[in-house]
Amino acid sequence: MPKNDSGRHLPPMRPEAPVTESVGTPEAAPFDDPRLAEYRHLVSERAISGETVILNMGPQHPSTHGVLRLILELDGERIITCIPDIGFLHTGVEKNMEAKTYIKALVMTDRLDYMNNVGNNLAYALAVEKLVGLDVPPRAQAIRVILTELQRLSSHLVWLGTHALDLAAMSVFLYCFREREIILDIFEMVSGQRMMTSYIRPGGLWRDVPSEFEPAVREFIKIFPRRLRQYERLLTKNPLFIDRTRGIGVISGEAALEAGLTGGALRGSGVNYDLRKAMPYSGYEQYDFEVPLGSTGDVYDRYRVRMAEMPQSLRIVEQALNTLPRGPVQSANRKFVPPPRSEIGQSMESLIHHFKLWTEGFDAPRGAIYSAVESPRGELGVYLEGNGGPKAQRVYWRTPSFMNISALPILAKGHLVADLVGIIGSLDIVLGDVDR
Amino acid sequence: MSGLDEALNVLRTALGEGVRTVTDFRGETTVEVDPARIVAACRAVRDAPTLKFTRLAGQTAVDYWPDEPRFAVIYQLHSLEKGLRLRLLLRLQGDAPSVASVVQVFPSANWHEREIFDMFGIRFTGHPDLRRLLMPADWQGHPLRKDYPLGYEEVQFTFNFDEIDRKKPYAKE
Repeated sequence: MPKNDSGRHLPPMRPEAPVTESVGTPEAAPFDDPRLAEYRHLVSERAISGETVILNMGPQHPSTHGVLRLILELDGERIITCIPDIGFLHTGVEKNMEAKTYIKALVMTDRLDYMNNVGNNLAYALAVEKLVGLDVPPRAQAIRVILTELQRLSSHLVWLGTHALDLAAMSVFLYCFREREIILDIFEMVSGQRMMTSYIRPGGLWRDVPSEFEPAVREFIKIFPRRLRQYERLLTKNPLFIDRTRGIGVISGEAALEAGLTGGALRGSGVNYDLRKAMPYSGYEQYDFEVPLGSTGDVYDRYRVRMAEMPQSLRIVEQALNTLPRGPVQSANRKFVPPPRSEIGQSMESLIHHFKLWTEGFDAPRGAIYSAVESPRGELGVYLEGNGGPKAQRVYWRTPSFMNISALPILAKGHLVADLVGIIGSLDIVLGDVDR
Repeated sequence: MSGLDEALNVLRTALGEGVRTVTDFRGETTVEVDPARIVAACRAVRDAPTLKFTRLAGQTAVDYWPDEPRFAVIYQLHSLEKGLRLRLLLRLQGDAPSVASVVQVFPSANWHEREIFDMFGIRFTGHPDLRRLLMPADWQGHPLRKDYPLGYEEVQFTFNFDEIDRKKPYAKE
């Protein structure tokens, strides 16, 4: 029997049989079914003659990380074609945001990528600030960095737990959610919400962080590195884990760029593209950190890259906390940022601003901008076009999961069904982010 | 000479009159090109050794209904080597527009163009697999068009359950 790179025995590939020798009966040919007719042009001739098997995976499948449907053409256990079918979580976020004023549309952003709520807030806030030309005080910028890096850690923890769970390492999953809980408690402390924070707003933050914030983050910085080493010990040199990940889903750097991959999935193939370094935003240029890179671009490399990113995020949080400036956390430009509650009772002008901002909103100029941040999954871009009024003409989310999942057919080709769950896990997709 | 001036030069050399307007807004450059020349424009900026816009970061469309030209298609390009961003834009007339697909130049445009087709009804000629992406295959209309209603679901209570159920657009066999 042939062996793959990791030394496992694989069933041999059947030679391409001519259609006349098809083993399938014409009655059993699956493409007579009108529900499959849509995919007819995407599968091989052998599927149409009924020789290879069409398997439907999802949308209710535990290892697709949400409602992702995959149509697989299989030769034995080997994947010949993989056709992702998305849209089960499509909620029309872009349309909804175009129907709301710039301030009110913010709450929709939390619900896009539900593992990166603060990061989505930041991406949108930066886009609005760029569109209207609004400056953000340095303290707000630093707190934004701290929170998004904590969010990156929590997202990576969920990724690590579920990825390991897919590959049958149950305990990692339980540990990861324990640490994630600490981060969510910090979010609850600053915003009142564990997940849908809406804390980062155009012009700054909703309000300043409470005094318990700094000790809580410092406590987390203290305990987390040790825990992270424990997880590494569970997986990084675990022969079972290596066997399931090394040499699986390999993609070269060039092919990854061409396929539109970003984030850990791209850096696993050795392409140095991290927006925090390439085009720094929100003061990332002040902090000292490294961008971990992989080399072969397999599932294992993508795992290593994300694991190595976590201590770097922690470094950024620590630096930002040590140099946290004092001062306001909101822009003082009352034409765009609502006044604090305390002012409204004393100043007629504040009351007018408050009323106007929450009813009409502010007008943004005609013009379009594209602003992107590095989300835990890759380049999260917002294309925002103003039309002179208080609502956007177009809000487009270039979400990393959407592009990463579109590369799945390339990555999955020729692998076993059992490895497919590892490949999906290594792309770190969130279906809310894919479908918007 | 900055990289974006160079990009304009390359585009003007490749397209001539095909470059229509150049807009600068908040430090971002948008170049409007002739819809018939979009593939040539993408290829020119991708292959120019001084530019290397090898990444299609994003692609989307905008609906300006009821104004004409009604649609704009936007190509957000990115040059990893030079750290530059450039936006190409083209405008399309009418309710059933079509434009050449750039999948041959940027393979990652595949799903972007499917999404634009699904959401705006813009057809991409030469696309290998132009199907709806997010909406069901039998869906009527294109949700992100401005003349498509935002829509909502009426809440069903016991007293009006059947009445609302009758109006619901269930999928037909």
